[in-house]
Amino acid sequence: MKSFEYVRPASVAEAIIAASQPGAAYLAAGTNLLDLMKAGVCRPHRLVDVTRLPGLDRIEPLADGGVRIGALVRNADLAHDTAFARAYPAVAEALLSGASAQLRNAATVGGNVLQRTRCAYFYDVASPCNKREPGIGCGARHGENRLHAVLGWSDACIATHPSDFCVPLVALDAVVEIEGAGGRREVRLEDLHLLPGAAPAVETVLAPGDLLTAVRLPAGANSLSRHARYLKVRERTSYAFAVVSAAACLSIDRGRIVEARLALGGVAAKPWRARDAEAMLAGGAPNSANFRRAADAALADAKASGDNEFKIELARRIMVRALALAAAGTPERIPALPASPFATQSGALLDA
Amino acid sequence: MHPCISLTINGVQRVIELADPRVTLLDLLRERLHLTGTKKGCDRGQCGACTILVDGRRINSCLALAVSHDGADITTIEGIARGEELHPLQAAFIAHDGFQCGFCTPGQIMSALGLINEGQAGGDAERIREGMSGNLCRCGAYAGITEAVLEQHNKLTEAKEKRVA
Repeated sequence: MKSFEYVRPASVAEAIIAASQPGAAYLAAGTNLLDLMKAGVCRPHRLVDVTRLPGLDRIEPLADGGVRIGALVRNADLAHDTAFARAYPAVAEALLSGASAQLRNAATVGGNVLQRTRCAYFYDVASPCNKREPGIGCGARHGENRLHAVLGWSDACIATHPSDFCVPLVALDAVVEIEGAGGRREVRLEDLHLLPGAAPAVETVLAPGDLLTAVRLPAGANSLSRHARYLKVRERTSYAFAVVSAAACLSIDRGRIVEARLALGGVAAKPWRARDAEAMLAGGAPNSANFRRAADAALADAKASGDNEFKIELARRIMVRALALAAAGTPERIPALPASPFATQSGALLDA
Repeated sequence: MHPCISLTINGVQRVIELADPRVTLLDLLRERLHLTGTKKGCDRGQCGACTILVDGRRINSCLALAVSHDGADITTIEGIARGEELHPLQAAFIAHDGFQCGFCTPGQIMSALGLINEGQAGGDAERIREGMSGNLCRCGAYAGITEAVLEQHNKLTEAKEKRVA
């Protein structure tokens, strides 16, 4: 690991100044950053430790019915917060399906949102990667790429965003609060991460020094709590990133879907909101024919980026199954295997 | 003058000079303090061999910078027995054949302690397995590990409930 200067600012304003210089990086738990530094993928000159900044570790209900989650709230604490998990069960389930208990105890909300891709070519400094070294080429494009993107990719980069947490958040219209040199601003989570295009090294709309201070769920996001699920296919039962995942949140009244929220994970460089599919479901009955039509719409523009054609049909089926599980109702307690297609649950379509 | 951090390790307060900010809690424990019970497996947060409790919560010590943990209360495998008397979890791992080579065992036991403290698993073997999925065992002693953790989870939880009542 390259040596670095360590600074621990006392305020957000100090942190922004310290992190605005080239080569500076924010450090929270470090569960992703330290790993990247050990691999030589990230080589910051300075780490700005934000873990002691006051006021960023709270889960605050807002007067309008929404909730603000401080960027330093630990993944485990958010998932196990009873009121939060009751209001946003798909978010809690997604959190608990990610990483391991040890990592969830350390990893923060802000760090989860801003974690880097797990593309093996990004991690391997001996391989070309346009994220690490713009213009050098993409090792994955004609390499081992069965887990790579099927939506929104470019010839320059086919990496996916690995977060589970972000998938239901983007479905629920989450907003991130950012403090930067120009003051405070807000960005929809859906607009935070950028598709690769010709410049995959630019992964978010954040400028140097920008600090993500909170994630907010708007009023009304909790109205979908009775029919909310996250479903995730992994290459092993637990402790693995998504091959494909889906968040489905519905409001159902007298046998009709009033509102549907859908997003996919593991398919693109950002959490993928499926608005066309949502619109198609609204007003219809929650049945498998409608779910399949919606899933077809969600994946209409999908295209294999390599040896991953299977992910397109897998994504459709996972979306259909997530919808069926959501329609059957949010379970009283998060299943023993959160988000697992192998968990037994009444109403599940195990062969969808 | 190098920066100093203060850590309480297994109940003893230590002030440690850190010449290099790159030191992880894992390397600090093993290389500086010679507490080699905590193991370095993958050093990348994937195997769980380095699991310790920080302020009562289990984490991977390989992915934690020591300098960022000034003031933390740390428990390692060396800190859980009472003199010659094994911690009940240690005894249960022996009784249930919860290991073969033993390399992952300190991490498994510290993770199990964390899991029991968290109180989320109930007495459900599947929840125990899921809760312990951050600890790999290359010898494949998972059946014994699950039995040991499940037994002690139930005993320690019951004891805690009695104390509260």
